[in-house]
Amino acid sequence: MYKFLLCWRYLRTRYIALASIVSVTLGVATLIVVNAVMAGFTGEMHDRIKGVNSDLTLDARGLNGFKNPEWHMARVNELVGDRIESMSPVVYVPAILNYRVSGQWITQQVTVVGIDAATQASSSKFSEYLQHPANRDKFSFNLHDGGYDRRDRTGGDEAPVRVGMEMAGWELRRERARIEKQWQQFEQEAQNQAAEEARNRPLTQAELAKIQQQVDQAPTELEPLLELARENEFNREFALAVGLYQKALAVSDGAAAIYNELGMCLARQEKHEEAIAALRTAANMETGNIAFVNDLAGVLVLAGEHVEAWEWLSSSQSTGIAHSNMAFFLRSAGEGLLAQEHLEKAKAAGLLIQDDEFDFGPENPGDSAVPFQDPFARDRQRGGGRVFDAEVDQHTGCVLGMALVSFRPPKKSDDSAGEEHFMVLPGDDVRLTFPNAATPPDIINDTFTVVDFYESKMHEFDKEFIFVPIKKLQDLRGMIEPETGERFVNSIQIRLKNPDEADLVRDKLREAFEPQLYQVGTWRDKQGALLAAVNMETVILNILLFLIIAVAGFGILAIFFMIVVEKTKDIGILKSLGAHANGVMGIFLAYGLSLGIVGAGVGLIAGLLFVTYINEIADWLGRITGKPVFDPQVYYFYEIPAHVDPFTVAWIVLGAMFIAVAASVFPALRAARLKPVEALRYE
Amino acid sequence: MSSSGTSAAKAALIGQLSANKIPARGPHWRGEQVVDMEGVASPSAPTSVEEERRAQPKASALQGMGIKKAYRKGKTPVPVLHDVSIDIREGEFVSIIGQSGSGKSTLLHVLGTLDSPDAGEVRLGGKRIDNLSARRRDALRNRHFGMIFQFYHLLPELTTLENVLAPVMISEGMFAYRIKRRKYVEQAKAILDRVGLSHRLKHKPRELSGGEMQRAAIARALVTNPRVLLADEPTGNLDRKTGDEIMSLLVSLNETQALSIVMVTHDGVIAERAHRAMRLTDGRMKAA
Repeated sequence: MYKFLLCWRYLRTRYIALASIVSVTLGVATLIVVNAVMAGFTGEMHDRIKGVNSDLTLDARGLNGFKNPEWHMARVNELVGDRIESMSPVVYVPAILNYRVSGQWITQQVTVVGIDAATQASSSKFSEYLQHPANRDKFSFNLHDGGYDRRDRTGGDEAPVRVGMEMAGWELRRERARIEKQWQQFEQEAQNQAAEEARNRPLTQAELAKIQQQVDQAPTELEPLLELARENEFNREFALAVGLYQKALAVSDGAAAIYNELGMCLARQEKHEEAIAALRTAANMETGNIAFVNDLAGVLVLAGEHVEAWEWLSSSQSTGIAHSNMAFFLRSAGEGLLAQEHLEKAKAAGLLIQDDEFDFGPENPGDSAVPFQDPFARDRQRGGGRVFDAEVDQHTGCVLGMALVSFRPPKKSDDSAGEEHFMVLPGDDVRLTFPNAATPPDIINDTFTVVDFYESKMHEFDKEFIFVPIKKLQDLRGMIEPETGERFVNSIQIRLKNPDEADLVRDKLREAFEPQLYQVGTWRDKQGALLAAVNMETVILNILLFLIIAVAGFGILAIFFMIVVEKTKDIGILKSLGAHANGVMGIFLAYGLSLGIVGAGVGLIAGLLFVTYINEIADWLGRITGKPVFDPQVYYFYEIPAHVDPFTVAWIVLGAMFIAVAASVFPALRAARLKPVEALRYE
Repeated sequence: MSSSGTSAAKAALIGQLSANKIPARGPHWRGEQVVDMEGVASPSAPTSVEEERRAQPKASALQGMGIKKAYRKGKTPVPVLHDVSIDIREGEFVSIIGQSGSGKSTLLHVLGTLDSPDAGEVRLGGKRIDNLSARRRDALRNRHFGMIFQFYHLLPELTTLENVLAPVMISEGMFAYRIKRRKYVEQAKAILDRVGLSHRLKHKPRELSGGEMQRAAIARALVTNPRVLLADEPTGNLDRKTGDEIMSLLVSLNETQALSIVMVTHDGVIAERAHRAMRLTDGRMKAA
């Protein structure tokens, strides 16, 4: 009894001893806070990791996977069916994501995951992390009209605005397609105009000199010279081609065929007068050559010299053919009515003419005058096969990890939350490039339409994965056996009824599936390094903080020694009154324990209060210091996650009390061993 | 020894008390045997009783036989007690006079088992006690010895009442004490009343005068109803008048409760108030 009475009195009269346990208090409080926050972060991280990973996966070792997932799932069911909640086959393939921002193509390395829209939601938290409410409810790869979340929904009003999300969806897609069409048209017009200008521009002195130099360097034999001239003409280097033809004329002493070629080359530049002069020379040299006459007549028609053209044609060929050719040239020059007239005359002359004979395509000789024609315009006019129109059609849907295409600018100077920007929004198209399943693999390219973003807030996942429909991916990669039509998958994701049984189920499956071909792992196995790192961090922090409490222990030790020295006389008195050594020791042990209880107790309360109001404290500290302690921009959390584990707290408190008692053992032993006579002798 | 006035009635009462008490003293402290001492507070005692006591040799209460004790100063032993023998009878008041450093305190400590002799024996009621285990000596000291000191040695953190109760708290377990606490407090209050401190129950030692502290120390020594009271210069730190009061208290206790008292002092006048005075010189005992 006296032990506790004295212990209590010592506690109440010696506040210096309480000072020594302030460090115990602080240590305990810090440990509780740190552990709670670490546990909160870890828990949050586990959740996020599990958002992508199911409890357990059965993976193929190779990229091309294994055949017949149904058989595998049946096998798994056979083995551990009673423990399984759901299964979902998945195809993984490394890929390159391409998309265009401000005219620049951006390329990123990603992993494309083929999922089944219906079953994926049930085997992981996948759909919870999508940005469209309807997709969270029931996910599909179809683009929505709009209504995507405009802020991070976990952050409320505090979260930064997501720029552009208000118009994401079909609205954006239509707008983008419209602009794209306008742009294409504008670009085409500009191109045409530029080509026109380039043709009509007189050559500069330097260019002329350069051309002359090239002509001089050209071979002097006729055939290679003509080859070079034709090649340059084909490449639309008309000035050079003309020079080369002229050189060829000089070499060949004026062959009619070369005059003809020179004339046609000039005609392609729309230098009609010079062309006509050259062609006329050719036609005059070989008056019987109908080809030369026709060429001359065609250019004459283009130049508007209908009369001369007709003279040439009518003088060289029969009336019907002459009319037919005249009609052809007129049509090419855009003189439809006149052409029709000549066509009638040709028919009258007894020439058999098909109705669509004059329905020219771009391949016709007149094309040099018409630089661009829509190659599918005829199909469209005839109402043929439906052509993809981005305003109303979407490609196969895909879900992008949000971090792949978003960025947050650094905080503004006034500390207001920045905005989140996106390089691609739902409704935009992206291109994916990945290997197919052949050996050696070929490259597959396809365009997908972004239908939603995936945000697990696990940055590594959010900037890694793109989800596409599994069937489409299998088709593109050729993961189908042609003979049987059986499909291949890389992985089967398994969700368990009780996630704690993951290790047990894993071991069973490992026995059943050959390790050479299959890899069975829990989500913990997959994220082993990360989880181990976090664990390590927690352990080291705990050790460091416990060392702080141990330092406090030495403080207690020192102060207790002083108290024992101070209380030497009291100890002597107690012993003279018949107190046993153990009893005296008990006083100081109880004293140490009391200090431990007080220290750990206050620390416990302080720590728990701190954890409870951690967000308010962080805000307050942020206001006081002017710098946010906890920046949601960095952590993607809007509140500090804290989880108090009663077991950990109990360990901390017990540990602190143990240290306090342990520190009082030596002083207590010293007190117990004091000889009463010595203690009493001196005043 | 002063004696003034005789009263047959009182003598009879004291005789009765002694008769009741002495045989009843067991190894355990029994609070219920403390009786109200109102009316017997007078320091006077009938001569007839004293004479009777002297005439009939009583049983030996505490004996020291051939006690030797030396302290070590480095490697040299410094002898303090050379073969000292002393025999204190039941109800006897013995004083030991000695100069400072004569070894009188050491002798008292050896007798009270606070210290053990190098040679010789200490006997309590004829049984050897110096060779008992530490735990049994602690228990013995708690139950059969009361000790008072020159510097009172009260525990500064405790009130007067708590100081007096300290030996009881030491001997009793926590729960036993809790259960009987009320009774113990009553007894402690009665004893404090007896020594004239009933108005100072809640005071801390530092709020008491020297005489009051020594009275509190005496009350503490008496609370376990010991066989022997060992007093180490009980008046050494007090002025003459207060010292006399303390001495009168001790004498009256000796007389009314037949308590054996061993008192060491350097003061011959004080020593003379005992039945018997002995002189300790250079570690050897002589009759004064």
